[in-house]
Amino acid sequence: MKNRIRGLRTERGMTQEDLAEIIGVSRQTINAIEKEKFDPSLPTAFRLARLFDLQIEELFSYEQG
Amino acid sequence: METMKLERTKRVKKLAIWTWSWVATMAIATFGPEFIWDNHPFLTTFAILVNLANGVLMILANRDLFNHFDELEKKIHLESLAITLGLAVVVGLTYSLLDTTNMIEQNAQISMLVMFIGLTYLTSVIISTLRYK
Repeated sequence: MKNRIRGLRTERGMTQEDLAEIIGVSRQTINAIEKEKFDPSLPTAFRLARLFDLQIEELFSYEQG
Repeated sequence: METMKLERTKRVKKLAIWTWSWVATMAIATFGPEFIWDNHPFLTTFAILVNLANGVLMILANRDLFNHFDELEKKIHLESLAITLGLAVVVGLTYSLLDTTNMIEQNAQISMLVMFIGLTYLTSVIISTLRYK
């Protein structure tokens, strides 16, 4: 799953540690999500979308294959 | 995050204490009958029960730590547990087969399987963690 988290985070001047603290996961998890190596759970995806004031589909996009 | 880190440290410490306590009571129950209390049946039974109770508390401390993991950490540990469980059954039974068919000189030891499980789990967690870096 593709996402825009890294760009949105850096635009707001946040570190991975800051974002992890707000969302309630570890920094390693934020890093894995940004690198698209790990797809977050639905509650985490909702928390991220709410934080960036976006709809989930604006933050994440699904590409088959 | 500080609260999260403090809570994690607290749970890791709790697990470490119960693990060391379990190892210590295991050593006492193993060597005590011969070297400390001259095979007294009550003391031997008591030492074994204390060790068992310590083991249960260690498992509960491990569960507490697991429940504090976030979703990626849980995934890493679940994958590692699945690999470890599969390998423990397959390799453990192969090892037992080697013993019963006299393909190995020494008798199969449970301690060898326990060491294998520990090393497999550790290796799996390290490899899985690196995969998500």
